[in-house]
Amino acid sequence: MVAKGKIVWISGPAVRADGMSTAKMYETVEVGESKLIGEVIRLTGDIAFIQVYESTSGLKPGEPVTGTGQPLSVLLGPGIIGKIYDGIQRPLDEIAAKSGAYIGRGVMTSPVDMKKKYRFKPSVKKDDQVGPGSILGTVEETPLLTHRILVPPNHPGGKITDIASEGDYDIEHIVATTEKGGGEKVQLKMYHKWPVRKPRPYAERYDPTVPLVTGQRVIDTYFPIAKGGTGAIPGGFGTGKTVTLHQIAKWADSKVVVYIGCGERGNEMTEVLVEFPHLIDPRSGRPLMERTVLVANTSNMPVAAREASIYTGVTIAEYYRDMGYDVVLVADSTSRWAEALREMSGRLEEMPAEEGYPSYLASRLAEFYERAGRVRALGSPERAGSVTLVGAVSPSGADFTEPVTTHTIRFIKTFWALDTRLAYSRHYPSINWMQSYSGYLEDVSKWWKENVTGEWYNLRAESYHVLQREDTLKEIVRLLGPEALPDEEKLVLEVARMVKIGILQQNSFDKIDTYCSPQKQVKMVGLMVKFYKEAQKALKAGIPLADIRAMPIIPALLKSKFEIPEDQLNKFDELDRQINEQFHKAGAAGGEGAAAMTEKKEAEVIA
Amino acid sequence: MTTTSYGIEYTKVAELKGPLMIIDGVTKVSFDELVEIETVDGEHRLGRVLEVGFGKAIVQVFEGTTGLTITGTKAKFTGKTMEMPVSQELLGRVFDGLGKPNDGLPDPIADRFVDVNGEPMNPERREYPTSFIQTGVSVIDGMLTLVRGQKLPIFSGSGMAHNILAAQIARQASVVGTKEDFAVVFAAIGVQYSEAQYFKRSLEESGALRRSVLFLNLADDPAIERIITPRVALTVAEYLAFDLGMHVLAILTDMTNYAEALREISAAREEVPGRKGYPGYLYTDLANNYERAGRIKGKNGSVTQVPILSMPADDITHPIPDLTGYITEGQIVLGRDLFRKGIYPPVNVLMSLSRLMKDGVGEGKTRSDHMEVGNQLYDAYSRAQEVRALSEIVGRAGLTGIDLKYLDVGDKFEQHFLKQAPDENRTLEETLTRAWDVLSGLPEGELTKIKEKHVRQYYKG
Repeated sequence: MVAKGKIVWISGPAVRADGMSTAKMYETVEVGESKLIGEVIRLTGDIAFIQVYESTSGLKPGEPVTGTGQPLSVLLGPGIIGKIYDGIQRPLDEIAAKSGAYIGRGVMTSPVDMKKKYRFKPSVKKDDQVGPGSILGTVEETPLLTHRILVPPNHPGGKITDIASEGDYDIEHIVATTEKGGGEKVQLKMYHKWPVRKPRPYAERYDPTVPLVTGQRVIDTYFPIAKGGTGAIPGGFGTGKTVTLHQIAKWADSKVVVYIGCGERGNEMTEVLVEFPHLIDPRSGRPLMERTVLVANTSNMPVAAREASIYTGVTIAEYYRDMGYDVVLVADSTSRWAEALREMSGRLEEMPAEEGYPSYLASRLAEFYERAGRVRALGSPERAGSVTLVGAVSPSGADFTEPVTTHTIRFIKTFWALDTRLAYSRHYPSINWMQSYSGYLEDVSKWWKENVTGEWYNLRAESYHVLQREDTLKEIVRLLGPEALPDEEKLVLEVARMVKIGILQQNSFDKIDTYCSPQKQVKMVGLMVKFYKEAQKALKAGIPLADIRAMPIIPALLKSKFEIPEDQLNKFDELDRQINEQFHKAGAAGGEGAAAMTEKKEAEVIA
Repeated sequence: MTTTSYGIEYTKVAELKGPLMIIDGVTKVSFDELVEIETVDGEHRLGRVLEVGFGKAIVQVFEGTTGLTITGTKAKFTGKTMEMPVSQELLGRVFDGLGKPNDGLPDPIADRFVDVNGEPMNPERREYPTSFIQTGVSVIDGMLTLVRGQKLPIFSGSGMAHNILAAQIARQASVVGTKEDFAVVFAAIGVQYSEAQYFKRSLEESGALRRSVLFLNLADDPAIERIITPRVALTVAEYLAFDLGMHVLAILTDMTNYAEALREISAAREEVPGRKGYPGYLYTDLANNYERAGRIKGKNGSVTQVPILSMPADDITHPIPDLTGYITEGQIVLGRDLFRKGIYPPVNVLMSLSRLMKDGVGEGKTRSDHMEVGNQLYDAYSRAQEVRALSEIVGRAGLTGIDLKYLDVGDKFEQHFLKQAPDENRTLEETLTRAWDVLSGLPEGELTKIKEKHVRQYYKG
């Protein structure tokens, strides 16, 4: 029996209603005359404490509250890809069609088009045994994505008694009927619903060993993340969090991208909507929007729905994982989600922990990041899928010791620390190479060896070593000036500068530099390392550092990132040749110079 | 309790504390409702319902509770949220912080009444901002480009030239090659009389006052009123932009005073505080104001916001500038050092940023080398600052030849590019020429952020 109560108290997004003794925790309820959507988050006697996902302005005590009997759920089926949803899976274009340029309240919409017909191709026959997660058939959701129709995870299993033949059906059409041991028949449609707060089950977890290739050098080469892994990207404002996340969403080699704009800027979501349909996936040649789902709850949209948006997004991601696909979920920003928790916790008058955040902040973050993983999906045929979770953190005052950052670090394995100082000097992406780390380095090196080159691991280590040495030398330079260092160490500074400008810095807005394939990355790093080794040799041979610094190969190497496009990677061979040539020339000239110097000295001694 | 033609009147005031009034025995009162209060002396004030339930309503009184009494005070619940009358007649008028005329003229005739809280714009219906606004200020046009529909705050410190800069932007802002309707909406939030006056005079002298709407809550006006001032101002801005199709520049100064008023209410309600005593919802609340900038698909107008805020103790990590920076599309930070050196505008470019610049400049919009030149200037100036710090320790003698060049470039950047007069209106062409003058002080090989062809075209070294 559904609960029917009345509002007794309202304060912002929090509402109390009495007469709710039959309500369940986390049940979805309709609040007030205008049927705003809310969720029960505490029950005391017959009073329910409800967080409302829409503006409560104008709501009065005495207005009705009606339970739905259902927890907050999302609809999972064809039609999700390419959509932009609010925090509770209402399509923003439908809301706009009903309430115009501004978001109205109490708008009821269907998450996907229930009338649209898809070409269904069955993959099971009558009398086949199916279980939870089994694939019943496929439909083309977008030209980029074949949607596999799954038996819901909570299905009892059984024998197919009826399966639709290939044909065009809308998603309400019953495509299969199952029966278990002569018992009750279950009818299956192309979609099912799943509660967002409950992780979708899988058969088995695998180790993440395949890197998520993002085309961003500092990520792929230096701090890689694996498919099914977790990463956090904390940074103060202006450090380029959003741009970096957009880059991952654009170029990551995953099948599906779920982008959650949680409490962020409206124009940023618009940017994705404007840009993605025009951006072409480098692997398939199709628009990126055909693999992207957006969940947008901007900073000025109701705060409670911000909390829900994270769960809505991750549940959609898990659904596509269960089809056997690699999914990347990008959440910008988890701090706003934490703030939504804090706000509701404050209204519940719970005892606060650090900075007013609730004491369950850490466990909520842990639950969220644990929904990442590379798994064997339930059901037949056997398939692996993954959900990679990348969360932005917006630490107040760019202080990484604040609660959301410190708790997040405990549950992730790749940490990309954005640095305000780097951002101020326009070093983008401003990922600090000394503070950041990746727990997947060893795991993914095998992939690089098998798919790109066996050199990757060493090249990475050698170039990274230069950066580490520069970091220690910087202290001395700060006190004594660069002239106090011996030439060998000055060379380290020079090469470190080249690695920073030529490799770590990457311009997201440059047509060529925005995406850098693993092959190009290895070539670029390889040439830097080669230059360094040649320069070390040259120094030993007595060639002055000034001559090395003046070599025209240096600006050529630094500009190669945006002067050499992906389809002309053989141009790097030309750069390689130039390194040889210029060092050879310097050796000839410098060698003579050095020889002459020795002769002169000897002459002086004799004189 | 008496029912008037448009509301319910209550007289049972249970408690008065800080800016709050708590009324007992209420029914049919709604959340966020506007309350008209009549004091024993017959004075009228306005309030808003912050919380209602169990027969109690907590009302925030905009003009403050000074002089209110437990007995004799009447509170009329109007049954609607706070609204602002809007019409074209608002142009050229001056209002107080609650949107009531304070220029001695009668109430403007309303075209319609609009809820001051606004509604969130649907991201799906936003038009992405891409039109370059020429402000005539080199550092902004060249490196921190403002585009129509952007929200770009000025982070300042006490005593610095933020008003002069904001006034200069308001006077000079134009979209090159167009003659479209523009308007200025100015909201003074707890600022001194002289500052508001400076702004008004500046608009008057340039003839822009008749295209402006001013909302003045001065330093000696009620603090709680400040919660409403940006809201009424932005409501009018939205009306001018999206109903009348004008390009509106909204200047809100000083948002720090706004946040402090918010803190005062939060403290009176005994809420669990976030950082520095500011409420946990400060971010959301600020966003509700700042996000009211932008463009809408299929509509002509735009709202461009330039909020100004003073950083307490020049600290950019203070919650107000910090949270603002997370919401706005960049920030223009004024620097104390440059201000002391007498450089106007004292923009600390390294800490400043315009997020939408990339979409407003380049081929077909401004000039193809614009973005690269901007990036290279940042790079060069940042290098110059490092060298400066170093030269203070090791002296010029300890510097390499290239370091010395950077040192000179840094000086030239400040004197030749950054510095300009408050009434100097530079074209973009002139700004970029000056930028190349500065960059040409470096050897060609240092220009790593600029494409080969642009170096060949513009480099003068």
